[in-house]
Amino acid sequence: MKKIGVFVCHCGVNIKDTVDVEKLTEQLAIYPGVTYIENYMFMCSDPGQNMIKKAIKEKKLDGIVVAACSPTLHESTFQNAVEEIGLNKYQLEVANIREQCSWVHNNIQEATRKADLIIKTAIEKLKLNESLKPVSAPLTKRVMVIGGGIAGIQAALDIADGGYEVVLVEKKPSIGGHMIQLSETFPTLDCSQCILTPKMVQLGKNKKVTLYVNSEVESIDGFMGNFKIKIKRKPQYVDPDICTMCGDCTDVCPVVVHSEYDEGLSWRRAIYVPFPQAIPASFTIDTENCLGFEPIACGECKKVCQAEAINYDVKTEFFEEEIGAVIIATGFDLYPVENIAEYGYGKYPDVLNGLQFERILSATGPTGGEMLRPSDGKVPKEIVFIQCSGSRDPERHKSYCSRICCMYTLKHAKLYKHKVHDGQPYIFYIDIRSGGKRYEEFIQQAVSEEGIVYIRGKVAKVYKKGDKMIVHGMDTLTGKKVEIEADLVVLAQSIVPSEGVEKLIKTLKLSSDDSGFLMEAHPKLRPLESLQSGFYLAGAAQGPKDIPDSVSQASGAAAKILALMSKDEIQHEPIIAVVDENMCSGCGICIGTCPYGARILDENKVAIVNDILCEGCGACISACPSGAAQQKNLTDDQINNMIRVILS
Amino acid sequence: MKLPYYPGCTLKANARHFEKSAIQAMEKLDFQLVEMKDWVCCGTVFSMTSDDLMLQLASVRNLLRAEKQNLKELIVLCSMCYNTLKRANDFIVKDKGNLEKVNNFMYKENLTYSGKIEIYHLLSILKDRIGFSVIAEKVKKKLSALKIGAYYGCLLVRPEELAIDNFEDPSIFEDLISTLGGESLDFAYKLECCGAYQTVTKKDVSVKRVYEILNSARESGCEAIVTSCPLCAYNLDFLQKDVEEEYLDFNRIPVFYFTELMAVALGCGWDKNWSSLHFTDPEPLLREKGLI
Amino acid sequence: MYIRIKAADINNTQVKKIEELSGQNIFDCYQCGNCSSGCPVVDYMDISPNQAMRLAQYGRIEEVLSSEMIWICSTCLQCSSRCPKGIDVAKVMEAFRTINLRNGIGVVNPKQLGITETKDIPPILLICAMRKMTG
Ligand SMILES: Cc1cc2nc3c(=O)[nH]c(=O)nc-3n(C[C@H](O)[C@H](O)[C@H](O)COP(=O)(O)OP(=O)(O)OC[C@H]3O[C@@H](n4cnc5c(N)ncnc54)[C@H](O)[C@@H]3O)c2cc1C
Ligand code: SF4
Ligand code: SF4
Ligand code: SF4
Ligand code: SF4
Ligand code: SF4
Ligand code: SF4
Repeated sequence: MKKIGVFVCHCGVNIKDTVDVEKLTEQLAIYPGVTYIENYMFMCSDPGQNMIKKAIKEKKLDGIVVAACSPTLHESTFQNAVEEIGLNKYQLEVANIREQCSWVHNNIQEATRKADLIIKTAIEKLKLNESLKPVSAPLTKRVMVIGGGIAGIQAALDIADGGYEVVLVEKKPSIGGHMIQLSETFPTLDCSQCILTPKMVQLGKNKKVTLYVNSEVESIDGFMGNFKIKIKRKPQYVDPDICTMCGDCTDVCPVVVHSEYDEGLSWRRAIYVPFPQAIPASFTIDTENCLGFEPIACGECKKVCQAEAINYDVKTEFFEEEIGAVIIATGFDLYPVENIAEYGYGKYPDVLNGLQFERILSATGPTGGEMLRPSDGKVPKEIVFIQCSGSRDPERHKSYCSRICCMYTLKHAKLYKHKVHDGQPYIFYIDIRSGGKRYEEFIQQAVSEEGIVYIRGKVAKVYKKGDKMIVHGMDTLTGKKVEIEADLVVLAQSIVPSEGVEKLIKTLKLSSDDSGFLMEAHPKLRPLESLQSGFYLAGAAQGPKDIPDSVSQASGAAAKILALMSKDEIQHEPIIAVVDENMCSGCGICIGTCPYGARILDENKVAIVNDILCEGCGACISACPSGAAQQKNLTDDQINNMIRVILS
Repeated sequence: MKLPYYPGCTLKANARHFEKSAIQAMEKLDFQLVEMKDWVCCGTVFSMTSDDLMLQLASVRNLLRAEKQNLKELIVLCSMCYNTLKRANDFIVKDKGNLEKVNNFMYKENLTYSGKIEIYHLLSILKDRIGFSVIAEKVKKKLSALKIGAYYGCLLVRPEELAIDNFEDPSIFEDLISTLGGESLDFAYKLECCGAYQTVTKKDVSVKRVYEILNSARESGCEAIVTSCPLCAYNLDFLQKDVEEEYLDFNRIPVFYFTELMAVALGCGWDKNWSSLHFTDPEPLLREKGLI
Repeated sequence: MYIRIKAADINNTQVKKIEELSGQNIFDCYQCGNCSSGCPVVDYMDISPNQAMRLAQYGRIEEVLSSEMIWICSTCLQCSSRCPKGIDVAKVMEAFRTINLRNGIGVVNPKQLGITETKDIPPILLICAMRKMTG
């Protein structure tokens, strides 16, 4: 029989105050199989680990139970410790007596009894544990980045820099994301396009990067290290390699629609370049609005294109890419403020959202950078900004703080002042969130020196009177109701997950949080990874973020992937299903049950397990009517023994 | 077809024309408004304290009597009665204990209320049951050239649970006006309180509200206001006298019940007696537009 | 212009009474001021609805009970419909009034209402006023 050592942790007072560790030690010392037992204040500390190692050596132990916190925290700590001394790490079990016992109970006697049982089940399981070796799998050294905003661009560049190939999938006709729409960026007020376009060009030229624009991920197969991902590319009808960007086609196109780039404040044709610095630099036909290629319908653009870059016969194409790991950088969109009827967005042309105001501020925008309001092209002399519009409102809108709008609103007010010196900006706020580096100073300076007036209170209503926008607000500091006759109103809308991302999340089988943003593996300790192995997160896709934070997360995720790519192969947990050939009846039930496609029937009609694909979820094992399938180190015998202990 | 309806006190007093015009107009649509028997005052404004069952009794008594008369629903014209009856209904139906207590208290009615009466505002019936397109076909005199501001006030749209349309951006009233051939103009104060019962204690509060509301309608180009609440109608119409004294730039503006406009459009004509129940007589405007 | 804040006042029995009568959690309020900015009659109030909420959080119920604002509130529910925290503010105002009314304190005394004042006033208006403001 195995010689088992049990180590009971106090976790300072976390366990000891609720579980009588001394009594436990006494009771368990005489439990069959236990050769050695000790308790200690912090098992995970160096002295704690050394205690285990010493006991293994001196008492010739061949199985260890550590009764401490959840295995998600320290299982690997203790596994490494026992392996250092030559014991197979699958001969170690962690009994969770903290999260599942001391933290959730307060009766010492009862908690001690429960801890005793938890440890005994671990001992019973351990008795039948096999020594296992990790399963090795090959690693495809190619990375996919989904989303070509600043986060996706940065991640792709870093990975390409590290020497690996990158496939970037962007659903729009150009990369750039929202940052390309911004005028200047807080807190340094450098021109957004000036700092972004060099990166876009670099990416476009990078030999290691394959760019798919107008594209989305269609389906995925495989597992971490060895994904097969299918990409769907909508036709662009203009060959980017041939198009000379002469613009003749646009001139003849009879269709005029709102420009996405200018957030509906200007117009474009059905054949268009999203913006001058687009990468890839090429025209695109927007089939939703194009009249049709048949000569009776239209077909004008093709006639005038001298380079013969336009080809109407292109069809939607599908590509399959072999990928080792994926970064999701799908960014954000703005909460549709039509939902906040009292602010009149969508009803009044002089109520804008933040991105529209960026376009008005921008030199490449609809007004050429002049501060003019949409309704009548006049210079707005008094302008009201409304923060938290749709955010921090669990009742009707979004419960969270959108994190970046305090800062960009102040930036808006400042840039407005730079253009209209005698203009007066007012900012309605509830709280100001300026935690970033040099952010608070940015705000203080504007308030003291630039005449920007902050009013603490939420706006109830915006309506039009003559050519003015009347704003009813509250100054909670004086307790007085405030009314402002403004020329323009700008709403700082909530940041929400990008449109359609829920479909992507479903396709990739990822998880999202309750607001629809991608869910990180751990909010503090693993913020760059998804819960599902092989997927990493960057930028506003994971939660509202400004550019510095998006870039940091992107580079961080890239570094994680570079670390992964530096390995020759990936290791896979060996806690997987096995089939006893003699018992399998060949019914095939397990094959449909496996969510990872790891089960097949071989030529002899016996089910087999693909060790690399099996995630050890156990679904097939419970489904098998013949009892032919077992999970390594979690066999029926082990489970029965564990249950028996609990019921004894 | 017959529709059981609950009039409420004011429709028998200051708002007689509201009731009369409604009955006439509905007849043109082949619906007969049948007054429920033995009704009492709804209690007016809903009491919002959690423990005040006493103040729900008046409303519930009506519901119970409606049930006694084998009615399934009550159609209400007055916004206040609609709001109060519906909220009282929800309040006691949601909590079985409350329902039991109220029933015990009213043992003399010899019936317990089951909570099954549905309360509808006439506007909802026009839209959902009859349908605006059907009404449009029956319009004899289009209200064309009449620019009308639809005033909802508070009680048709708040609280959200009983709002007869989107509570921040309703359009049911405007849609009715367009159905009748009129031009409905949006104005900023259409959902704002008229001052309500402040008229009794602090008249200046209501006078200012009325000024702001009517002014906002005027500025948007409205020539008349339409409402469905006798309280609003009183404030908006009769306080114009005080508004005039207080605010020199003010111009009078007629205030209709929506049913009066329906009656005109559906060909019932204008009853002279209705004019005397208004402060600002709408007759000249209707004449000017060639509607009567 | 001076408040001495004491632990004993916060969540005192009067606050609990207000919460019980209104069914609302006073401490949900984060002082955004939306209730006040939408209130149609706030310009006539001595303290604004959000200030009433704040005073309640400090346990200073008496101060609100003796204010004029609770009688100026016309129960229009605008505050309730827009509070981002879902507080039915109008119910809180009603709770304040109710405490006063149950102690016989009100601002409408039917006996003192003169004939001239009430002659043309429709019943709906008189009954409303008495229900909300007669102690
Ligand atoms: C008005 C406004 C002003 C701002 N000003 C500043 C500022 O001054 N300073 C600052 O630091 N930050 C500012 N920001 C924040 C800044 O815009 C973001 O931090 C940044 O854009 C986040 O980058 P991202 O790459 O994560 O997301 P995005 O920029 O949103 O890019 C995401 C990309 O992914 C693509 N995509 C989405 N879904 C899919 C899909 N399913 N498949 C393929 N591709 C997909 C999108 O088309 C897009 O190209 C501002 C934001 C706003 C709204
Ligand atoms: S092993 Fe877990 S329970 Fe023990 S000291 Fe460390 S953290 Fe605490
Ligand atoms: S075929 Fe389509 S894109 Fe080309 S000119 Fe005509 S409408 Fe424009
Ligand atoms: S960042 Fe500022 S404006 Fe944006 S939701 Fe948060 S507090 Fe409101
Ligand atoms: S379910 Fe069991 S018996 Fe059936 S094929 Fe799979 S392993 Fe064999
Ligand atoms: S609207 Fe709600 S949260 Fe805001 S101040 Fe008023 S009660 Fe408080
Ligand atoms: S219910 Fe009272 S406090 Fe609330 S908005 Fe209306 S009048 Fe103001």
